[in-house]
Amino acid sequence: MASNPVTGQPGSVGLVTTRLVELFNDGQTLTLDCGATLAPVRVAYETYGTLDADRSNAVLVCHALSGTAHAAGYHQADDRRQGWWDDYIGPNKPFDTNKFFIICSNNLGGCDGTTGPSSIDPATGKPFGLRFPMITLGDMVRLQKALLDHLNIPRLVAAVGGSMGGMLSLQWALDYPERVKACVLIGSTPRLSAQNIAFNAVARQAILSDPNFNGGDHYDGERPEKGLALARMMAHITYLSEQGLHEKFGRRLQDREELSFGFENDFAVESYLQHQGSSFVKRFDANTYLYITKAMDYFDPFPDPETTARRLKPVTARFLVMSFDTDWRFDPSRSKEIVRILNWNRKQVTYQEFSSPHGHDAFLLEAPQYKESLTAFFNRLHKDHCARASQAA
Amino acid sequence: MRPRQPEQRVDLEVLASLVTPGSRVLDLGCGDGLLLEMLAQRQGVEGVGVEISLENVRACIDRGVQVFHGDLDQGLSDLGDDSFDFVILSRTIQTVNRPRLVIREMLRVGKKGLVSLPNFGHWHNRLGLALGGRMPKNPLFPFEWYDTPNIHVCTILDFQDLCREMGVRILQMIPLGWAGNRPHGWLKGYFANHPLFLSAAANLLAPMAVFLVDQGDS
Repeated sequence: MASNPVTGQPGSVGLVTTRLVELFNDGQTLTLDCGATLAPVRVAYETYGTLDADRSNAVLVCHALSGTAHAAGYHQADDRRQGWWDDYIGPNKPFDTNKFFIICSNNLGGCDGTTGPSSIDPATGKPFGLRFPMITLGDMVRLQKALLDHLNIPRLVAAVGGSMGGMLSLQWALDYPERVKACVLIGSTPRLSAQNIAFNAVARQAILSDPNFNGGDHYDGERPEKGLALARMMAHITYLSEQGLHEKFGRRLQDREELSFGFENDFAVESYLQHQGSSFVKRFDANTYLYITKAMDYFDPFPDPETTARRLKPVTARFLVMSFDTDWRFDPSRSKEIVRILNWNRKQVTYQEFSSPHGHDAFLLEAPQYKESLTAFFNRLHKDHCARASQAA
Repeated sequence: MRPRQPEQRVDLEVLASLVTPGSRVLDLGCGDGLLLEMLAQRQGVEGVGVEISLENVRACIDRGVQVFHGDLDQGLSDLGDDSFDFVILSRTIQTVNRPRLVIREMLRVGKKGLVSLPNFGHWHNRLGLALGGRMPKNPLFPFEWYDTPNIHVCTILDFQDLCREMGVRILQMIPLGWAGNRPHGWLKGYFANHPLFLSAAANLLAPMAVFLVDQGDS
């Protein structure tokens, strides 16, 4: 792989910038599932690779709960960290920027540039806070579609995502079936289980009960950092496997030789989780956490067989569903449920399960077999795309 | 005296010839997806494979063949009753832990089953064991006994017995030669008129056989 001239990294997309676009500023409004409307709406997004002449090689990468538009490359040459899916996006990587035009946008309700509860409400001139309308995954996809319209991209080669990103990619196939040729769902689920909702509920309670929460109006004072950190710490446990945590920390003590016989951090895992919490609150908005987890709880595109059949009828996308054996947030049986629903409704679907010690987070991390399969799938999409293009010519 | 090397998956042509064009097919243990690709391209078949090996699943993805990564011995509970016109077990039945479960599942999710199997009763295997005193090794059974995926090998007669016992109806049995060729000439006419002789003769002479089966009237 050629090294990138700026960063010196092989297979990197190099320096990238997050772009901001204001949509729905021409008298149109974004109408949400709850009935409320938003206008204007700002979207933060990044793109990698080159859009081809007939604007037909775009792949939309959907991020999960806490992701951002910065999926690959570096913002500054001396950045220590790349975008969140850099291992998979770039020249000669599975989402190959030599072949595809990759788009990743911050989700509606987010806090990385796209309009969300921390944005200024044009009606009051102050941040929305909890006056921000309730949003759904359908609304997030509606905004992504508006972004694609703005970029004049009529069709996607694929919508791709892990975890909630996979749910968004499924929502794409259901809401805009004529615009999506393939759909990739990794470590995802057709709906949240009672246990999943329970974890989200506890996380929200941690935020809501922080003394600094102040009904969601905490943007010009102390922030509910303790609550948000607690929410993140708990959620983070569910992203890792027991085996992974044990291998990483075991019962190792943190900066000490003996137990403290007190309530300081004795164990390395305690200090690790605290670090996860405190670094998260620096970049994330507590209100966004409330809104997005609620939107996930509401997601249920296949509530009964009749609705399922009706919603899947126009879908022509081919699906790739992947899971990891130690993922217990959305374990492989949840992915298989998606496969079962799709297969019963005669949709094209391929399923693969990988072994990994990394639990739910595995989809973000380097894993050769998983990488090879994604590469094979996208090579195949590219081959078919080229065949169609030459047929049309 | 070694039989010549059979061509790559010679049974596939025969299996393909028994599948109705445009039907919906499930291939259990589909390997690298060659048969499903053939069926899709030539016969407009809508196919799905089930395969346990990650490498083979990836090969299927390469071919653009739909595949579920999974273990046949766990059953096919993710698939609905009668959701396929044909379910194929091509040289797979001898490799599963629970052949009876797999056959039952095959005929639950499919209207018809197509089974191809290497025939352990072939004279070459019999001679090898009777005279050589060792487990046979030949192009159909190329593995060492301690290193073989073929854990439930059977003869053509054995498979027929199992079908009878399970109430599975054999609609057609096609003995195959080393090159996957069907019996021809006078032999074909003779076989057609003497089904009992066919079984016994095929069990001795045919290195492979293909069965078309269904649930019967029960």
